[in-house]
Amino acid sequence: MTNFSLSGRKVHEFSLCEALIAEVERIALENGAVRVESVKLRIGPLSGVEMPLLQHAYPFASAGTLADGSTLEIEPALLMVHCEVCGFESEAGPNLLACRACGSNLTGVVSGEELTLMSVELITT
Amino acid sequence: MCNTCGCNITPGNSEAACKPVNGTTAVSVLKSLLARNDDQAKHNRQHFDEHGLIAINLMSSPGAGKTSLLEATIDALGNQYRMGVIEGDLETENDADRIRAKGVPVHQITTGSACHLDAHMVHDVLHKFALNELDVLFIENVGNLVCPASFDLGQHRNVVLLSTTEGDDKPAKYPVMFRAADLVLLTKTDLLPVLDDFDPVRAESHLRNLASRAPLIRLSSRKKLNLQGWLEWLSLELGRQREQSRIDDFAMLHTTCPDTPVVV
Repeated sequence: MTNFSLSGRKVHEFSLCEALIAEVERIALENGAVRVESVKLRIGPLSGVEMPLLQHAYPFASAGTLADGSTLEIEPALLMVHCEVCGFESEAGPNLLACRACGSNLTGVVSGEELTLMSVELITT
Repeated sequence: MCNTCGCNITPGNSEAACKPVNGTTAVSVLKSLLARNDDQAKHNRQHFDEHGLIAINLMSSPGAGKTSLLEATIDALGNQYRMGVIEGDLETENDADRIRAKGVPVHQITTGSACHLDAHMVHDVLHKFALNELDVLFIENVGNLVCPASFDLGQHRNVVLLSTTEGDDKPAKYPVMFRAADLVLLTKTDLLPVLDDFDPVRAESHLRNLASRAPLIRLSSRKKLNLQGWLEWLSLELGRQREQSRIDDFAMLHTTCPDTPVVV
């Protein structure tokens, strides 16, 4: 745990995980849950978050909370861009967002930036 | 709509949601993990807008020249604009001391081992500034090309520095950071003649591959070379931001008071 939390400060994924746990606990309390069974996230390649790091931080961040022992499921989102020149929608790489059809760099990201808490499964009795 | 019976589940999110089994409830949330930071950032932005200033978040790897850029900017525009600086570092007041020596209000945030500033840390120091006495507030983020990109601080513009002593493929290696840039500054260009492995054209091509339309300006803060483009960008964006704040104020006034006659 000390790897993640030095004098109360933490790396990026750990602080995100703490924000996640705080939100999950709020939802659990709101629904009168006794504990949390699972948490589902959707994460895009351009969210700036490393899934393995988040997975690794989760048990530490959830220890002693209502989410202690729960599973974290991460659904990766596809990186998709829309081309302003030819209108084609194609899959892209994080450092190559050009249109696959016409090669133009004038594209906009349609999906791939997500960092979303999708759902929480709660034990209520 | 409620979160218990499942009536908030739509065909789009149903797969991720309700599976009521004995004693378990699935709650659909669909909320950004950074919602709390983003709310605080929005609040910070309101502070900035109320005071008609522009807030600029400076990001780069350590040693790319953020503090030197600020020193050169204060030297060049100190008589024209009232500037303030928030310094973010893991430890020391060294950067704040350099800015303080220029006679500009500065507050240092030392983050301990945290690798980025977040909106709450910025808010904590905001009230130490007389914001109504500022035109430009620079936030010098922790030197890091990874984490700062994910945390909105309430800034109006992101400026990312890439120094010629780094690899010209940095935009390809750190796409999340460079995609967030409204302006990219290629710094330490006075060293280009002796750095034969850094190609500014290649650096720009990596940036364009990220579908970034941010202008790229080459300059040297230490040698005060080609600062003009950056200084003009800053003046232009300050003007634009003030205009935007005025439009937003006007729109807000007429949403909250629908009966107020529109004066043209």
